[in-house]
Amino acid sequence: MKQTWLILGASSAMARGFARRVSETGADVFLAGRDMDDLNRAAADCHLRGAPLAEAMRFDARKPAGFGAIYEKLAAQDGALNVAVFVGSMPDQADIDKDPALVDATIMDSFTGPARFLQGFVPLMEERGCGTVVGIASVAGDRGRIGNYVYGAAKAGFATYLSGLRNRLTRVGGHVVTVKPGFVDTAMTWGLPGMFLVASPDDVARDIQKAVSKKKNTIYTPFFWRYIMLIITHIPEMIFKKMSI
Amino acid sequence: MRWKTAEYKGWGRVLSARGDTARPERLATLKALWKETKAPAIGNLRSYGDAALNDGGKAIDMTRLDRLIAFDPDTGILEAEAGITIGEIARIFAPKGWIPTVLPGTGFATLGGCISNDVHGKNHKAGSFGQHVISFDLLGANGRVRKVTPDATPELFRATCGGIGQTGVILSAKIQLASIGSEVMDVRETRVENLTEFMALLDGSTAPYCVGWIDATAKGEHLGRGILEEGSVAYNAPPPKPKSAKSVPMNAPRFFLSSPIVRLFNQLYLRRIPVMGQRRIRAMQDFFFPLDKVLNWNRLYGKPGFHQFQCALPDGTAHEALVRMMDMIASSHLASPLTVLKRMGTGRAGMMSFPMGGYSFALDFPNGKAVAGLVGELEEITLQAGGRIYLAKDTLATPEMIAAMYDELPEFIAAVNAADPEHKFATDMVRRLNLRGTGK
Ligand SMILES: Cc1cc2nc3c(=O)[nH]c(=O)nc-3n(C[C@H](O)[C@H](O)[C@H](O)COP(=O)(O)OP(=O)(O)OC[C@H]3O[C@@H](n4cnc5c(N)ncnc54)[C@H](O)[C@@H]3O)c2cc1C
Ligand SMILES: NC(=O)c1ccc[n+]([C@@H]2O[C@H](COP(=O)([O-])OP(=O)(O)OC[C@H]3O[C@@H](n4cnc5c(N)ncnc54)[C@H](OP(=O)(O)O)[C@@H]3O)[C@@H](O)[C@H]2O)c1
Repeated sequence: MKQTWLILGASSAMARGFARRVSETGADVFLAGRDMDDLNRAAADCHLRGAPLAEAMRFDARKPAGFGAIYEKLAAQDGALNVAVFVGSMPDQADIDKDPALVDATIMDSFTGPARFLQGFVPLMEERGCGTVVGIASVAGDRGRIGNYVYGAAKAGFATYLSGLRNRLTRVGGHVVTVKPGFVDTAMTWGLPGMFLVASPDDVARDIQKAVSKKKNTIYTPFFWRYIMLIITHIPEMIFKKMSI
Repeated sequence: MRWKTAEYKGWGRVLSARGDTARPERLATLKALWKETKAPAIGNLRSYGDAALNDGGKAIDMTRLDRLIAFDPDTGILEAEAGITIGEIARIFAPKGWIPTVLPGTGFATLGGCISNDVHGKNHKAGSFGQHVISFDLLGANGRVRKVTPDATPELFRATCGGIGQTGVILSAKIQLASIGSEVMDVRETRVENLTEFMALLDGSTAPYCVGWIDATAKGEHLGRGILEEGSVAYNAPPPKPKSAKSVPMNAPRFFLSSPIVRLFNQLYLRRIPVMGQRRIRAMQDFFFPLDKVLNWNRLYGKPGFHQFQCALPDGTAHEALVRMMDMIASSHLASPLTVLKRMGTGRAGMMSFPMGGYSFALDFPNGKAVAGLVGELEEITLQAGGRIYLAKDTLATPEMIAAMYDELPEFIAAVNAADPEHKFATDMVRRLNLRGTGK
């Protein structure tokens, strides 16, 4: 069956890797985000790598008024509709502490904006009885830490949302993959102190592609983060609350 | 854009720099940071020495600006952003019947890096990389982007090809790909007994791609023995699966490349080829980028790293110079197994381009006290023979040596100083070798 991938937050390096991979399988791609110049370049790149149709679209998670145009465009595609959400923002926790309005912004970018978009999109998938939603959550959502707990909270919320959505889509033949990356070498983390075991965005993209084809529910990428997080989530709160990791 | 402060090294890991690097993932980020900061571009750090190092300064890592922009299947003209690797271009376009006309020995070199060192391949008749560049967009010190072509802006074109980043940041380039009939190579390997035979065989080879591996530990009647590898495109052969890449997990211990081990390895490597020679069908990338199958192979030289010496020698003097060099190298017990002799075409696209009609000879030396002296002597022989050494590989040359080897250095200095009057793009190599003519 013909596959179409809508990629939200398509300027992210992880998204670029994933969009390229699905392009090489011959899927149509719609690259959505805010930097139209960049998205147009990405579209040309995906087309030359094999996507029969590759198109840039404007998408701002904070502006739901624009969502309708995307739904319409995608509804006109034949075959299976799939969507991958790479949107997210991680301001410095210190900046959020200074400006509480950033709490709303972070949560809107990383959770409520994408969730609202998906609420409107998923019925299109249900109609067709197929398709996959990929949502990028984060290991940061597994436990709140002093360094980025607002971002972590947004990602935790998004992960919970995705698990519910999986419950819903499974009934009609669709699927949802929750992706929890560890540290990935992208613009978001470039030059940040304290990075270790940093994965390349293309390795993450490869893991995501594999998870989609194997219908995994939740993946950690690289895989060993599952064990790191297993330990971190099992540290008793009495001790954890005094730690700074 | 956040800057990352870190140490980074040339591929040989002898020279390193500590500085701030930005790695824009999109053009808008680069253009925004350019308003505040002009700095030299760096690619995938596959140059061995300090061509891409800027100690105490800033640098712009181009590897994330790596998109394909346009391709014309009728003409084979490709436009792409400068950070894409040459191996990625080959991977994508070989199944469509096209590859970059000139391919260096590593697929990890970026398009921008290939232009900036005007790289050469195993097909000397095709000339240098820059000769197949139709145009590029150059972000200059004045903040403007210029389309540079060999005809309309010859000065700037010739100062940028092989110009190790001194004219600005190459954002994207249009290159002519070569059409290729299949993704499979028919490779003929021949054992060669000595240097004289080797040079004659390289000279007489009609294969489109040709490269010689030399046992640099051999002396006397065996001096210059090795294996000649000739590749041409195989038709109707089922494509073998390319070998998967392995990684060297850590620095190798010191004895790993010590003289007895290298001698032993070389003998075994040579005997791999039957006396009658052999033919093999190989995946294209295994033929063009054999070392890429071992990621981080530079760690085999251990923590101290290694030097590479590469010279080009004109036809008339090459034999005598090579005999002297190989003798000296075999007696030094410093050689590594990676020693390569190739034919070199006259084609060159820039003022500081390395190629010259004749032969190219390259080998690695594990870093150590005796290396500088030996390489100094090899450079001296190169100079006397009318040859030159390759900036992409150099760690040890002196300003005087380079000035004597590169006739067009004064023109280069004038052109780049006009393009970048405040020397924003100067790098460690430029300072070490006085390539901007400012003195030490
Ligand atoms: C295993 C191996 C085999 C090799 N074989 C060959 C060979 O057969 N033939 C050959 O010619 N070379 C060969 N090389 C050398 C290599 O091709 C060159 O050093 C090449 O320039 C590396 O590209 P890079 O992207 O890593 O550039 P870097 O090493 O990062 O940079 C090289 C120079 O290019 C400049 N630069 C990079 N990108 C840009 C840009 N976008 N704009 C402006 N300036 C830029 C930098 O300032 C620097 O001066 C080999 C290297 C290795 C490691
Ligand atoms: N890097 C890591 O270590 C890491 C680890 C775990 C999870 N993640 C998650 O992985 C995803 C990709 O991140 P990345 O690391 O590749 O960083 P990134 O380059 O910053 O990517 C985030 C993307 O989200 C987009 N975005 C942010 N707010 C938006 C909004 N309101 N509307 C539309 N788009 C918006 C950005 O678009 P613009 O182009 O318009 O800015 C950007 O393309 C994110 O969800 C991130 O949280 C990253």
